[in-house]
Amino acid sequence: MAASDAHSGASIRHAFGNVLGFFILLLIGVLAFSIRLFSVIKYESVIHEFDPYFNYRVTQFLTKNGIYDFWNWFDDRTWYPLGRVIGGTVYPGLTLTAGTLWWMLNSLNIPLSVETVCVFTAPIFSAFASWATYLLTKEVKGTGAGLTAAVLLAMVNFSSSFVPSYISRSVAGSYDNEAVAIFALIFTFYLYIKTLNTGSLFYATLNSIAYFYMVCSWGGYTFIINLIPMHVLLCIVTGRYSSRLYIAYAPLVVLGTLLASLVPVVGFNAVMTSEHFASFLVFIIIHVVALVYYIKGILSPKMFKVALALVVSAGLAVCCAMVAVLIALVASSPTKGWSGRSLSLLDPTYASKYIPIIASVSEHQPPTWPSYFMDINVLAFLVPAGIIACFSPLSDASSFVVLYIVTSVYFSGVMVRLMLVLAPAACILSGIALSQAFDVFTRSIKLQLPSVSGQSNVDAGEASSGNVVPNDPVKTDKNEDTSKERTSKKSKKKEKEHVEKPVSKSQIKKRLLVLPLETSIIAIILLVLLGAFYVVHSVWAAAEAYSAPSIVLTSHSHDGLHVFDDFREAYAWLSHNTEIDDKVASWWDYGYQTTAMANRTVIVDNNTWNNTHIATVGTAMSSPEKAAWEIFHSLDVKYVLVVFGGLVGYPSDDINKFLWMVRIGGGVFPHIKEPDYLRDGQYRIDSMATPTMLNCLMYKLSYYRFVETDGKAFDRVRRTEIGKKYFKLTHFEEVFTTHHWMVRIYKLKPPKNRIRGKIKKSKSVQNKLENKLEKKRTKKEPLLV
Amino acid sequence: MARSSSKDAQDLFRALWSAYAATPTNLKIIDLYVLFAVFTALIQLAQALDVLAELYGHREYIQEVPLEIVTLFKVVYMALVGSFPFNSFLSGVLSCVGTAVLAVCLRIQVNKENKEFKDLAPERAFADFVLCNLVLHLVIMNFLG
Repeated sequence: MAASDAHSGASIRHAFGNVLGFFILLLIGVLAFSIRLFSVIKYESVIHEFDPYFNYRVTQFLTKNGIYDFWNWFDDRTWYPLGRVIGGTVYPGLTLTAGTLWWMLNSLNIPLSVETVCVFTAPIFSAFASWATYLLTKEVKGTGAGLTAAVLLAMVNFSSSFVPSYISRSVAGSYDNEAVAIFALIFTFYLYIKTLNTGSLFYATLNSIAYFYMVCSWGGYTFIINLIPMHVLLCIVTGRYSSRLYIAYAPLVVLGTLLASLVPVVGFNAVMTSEHFASFLVFIIIHVVALVYYIKGILSPKMFKVALALVVSAGLAVCCAMVAVLIALVASSPTKGWSGRSLSLLDPTYASKYIPIIASVSEHQPPTWPSYFMDINVLAFLVPAGIIACFSPLSDASSFVVLYIVTSVYFSGVMVRLMLVLAPAACILSGIALSQAFDVFTRSIKLQLPSVSGQSNVDAGEASSGNVVPNDPVKTDKNEDTSKERTSKKSKKKEKEHVEKPVSKSQIKKRLLVLPLETSIIAIILLVLLGAFYVVHSVWAAAEAYSAPSIVLTSHSHDGLHVFDDFREAYAWLSHNTEIDDKVASWWDYGYQTTAMANRTVIVDNNTWNNTHIATVGTAMSSPEKAAWEIFHSLDVKYVLVVFGGLVGYPSDDINKFLWMVRIGGGVFPHIKEPDYLRDGQYRIDSMATPTMLNCLMYKLSYYRFVETDGKAFDRVRRTEIGKKYFKLTHFEEVFTTHHWMVRIYKLKPPKNRIRGKIKKSKSVQNKLENKLEKKRTKKEPLLV
Repeated sequence: MARSSSKDAQDLFRALWSAYAATPTNLKIIDLYVLFAVFTALIQLAQALDVLAELYGHREYIQEVPLEIVTLFKVVYMALVGSFPFNSFLSGVLSCVGTAVLAVCLRIQVNKENKEFKDLAPERAFADFVLCNLVLHLVIMNFLG
């Protein structure tokens, strides 16, 4: 009677837990979506930053022209005069996702604009990502169902929907590859672990399809194709090989490689570059290991020893030969078959030494300690606890998570941008840690409460009923599973085996692990406080730090809110006042925006595929006016756009980026030397600046007529008066400057008419004449235009 | 020493053979299938290797090592083209490897001695196998161009 009572109570609790879990999932999805809407509320529904504009433009093209034109799209509006093959050089996952969403919505008669769909893609997928994180954690820790699972779910989802480093990449409007890629990454890992736990080919197929989606979405897929082999190798080395491991890995490599080479941007790289070799090597190893295990299974131990002696000697020779061939192949290629970005991951100093263009991107810099605190906050302290929780008991799945966090911590230490990969791992581990902590504390409270009331008899009974709770969900699980598919039953059984063993062992342990009542209550309160602190921080980060679209800027001052909408002002001017075929030169940061918003052809853009071309623009910017004019003229440039923050104090302007232009330009054209622009190793633009600096095009375009603003020409970013205040432009003319002077657009003056008769005259005379002519022309020009 | 090791090897092969003879017929059929797939993959690889060697002019270098194997395969690859359309070569090899791998997975799952998959019905395993193969060959057809 008592037993059936307990059973029905447990099943009610179980059902309650399931319902609760479902609602938590739903609410967390809504929460993850809505916390990312700050940017829409505070600013407007607008695409952010640089790369998203390109993705937006591609999506527009896709929705307008269809998928076949998209694959064959040759874009002649960027990288003039080279152009760019968009279909073959872009990761199409994000674009196709948003395009499909838009198409679906439209066929349901919900007429949303492409832009709206693009803006809200990232928040939608962040909700998916937090669900995927939960699934992965559940698969890793394998807690059956019911309230414990609900707590785990709440914790993981809670941390994953809030983690600021992910928010920073997925706020509404930041329409970038990472928005969908993180979901794909976690989901691929989930399916891998699921396959590993169940050994079902069905999940292996799904896994390779999820991997395909990841390859479509982001270059970070190499992380998966290296992490999973690492895990397989770890399992083999630690003697955890099982046929489930084989089923999880071998089909993934074959199918994954084939699927990856379907994506045009990856293509044959999927079999040709070193990033993928690890997976092939492990593929061979796992076959050898599988064969060895098979032979071990069918032979008697004594015969197996003989076989081992024979095979090892023969096998080693073959292996050595293969490794030698592989190394020779890899070594024969100049970069050892690695792409620059991967190399800079393995050797953090590589980029700054050889490829300034990679090092110049701020998101490729190593992060600082505060940024860790800013981005993962309290999770940083919970992660170690989570790692410890993973080791008891260590399963294949939990070892995977440990491996995941270790590698991602390393990668995030190399590049700020990869903090994003760390975020889900940190969420999973701290979710595990938190739920374990809650588990321990609530259990000790539960065990203690009756003992406070008095009888020692009850204590023993309570302890046994306490054991019923973790056991019962497993039982009910089993009932439920008969209706489900057999594989999941399989998995649950495995889980059950996993769970039951520790349970029976920990029956004694649990009694020992009981904490004093007061301690556990205080600890729970502290944990809740910690969570609250984390929420406050994350909401603050989402609202203040990461929601700025960087297209529209705001600043608070004593006389109210200022909005700087200069970028859109400038791009709108360009699109209304210039010819459709005019070429606009600017530093590459603004290339995507110019093509997307102004619809004008640019020389270089954020897809930095051609270093020489960028170096040409860098050289032009750092040359004196005449040389710069010649370079720009040779590129058919009509307008030059510079971003200048000196008037309003906008720090990421071209003057602050200028040293990178010098470095990148100097890397290809050696007559540009960085020391020429530095006074005693210091970068300055005041009266102590070098003459090269004061005469270069960037300085002149930025500070032309700047003295007219306040009479002193005080630069608010550099906090100094500029070095050369009064000067005239000879080869360029100012055509537009935005309201806050943040974007300035100049037009190249047309080449002079040659005056035939005067060529033979001496140079000095000619120069004088030319100067005169030029003065005349500068006066006349406005009339002509 | 050499004699004892060769005797050992003989013993070993006998033991292996007798152990293998005990496996059920359906598994043996799968094994044959796997062997066939691996063999096909090897032929394609060898042929590609030979074409590559001709391209790079290292023919004699390659022939030094696996002389018999190369001559054996020559007959087969005469009619074929080589690894020039790299995608068709790749899909050819990978389809064979993939087929073999999937068949091995199936074999693992339907093997009755394998206790890990005791409650996985062979029908279910076969359905998974067919699905996976379907995906594989769809991809390959797509990749062939």
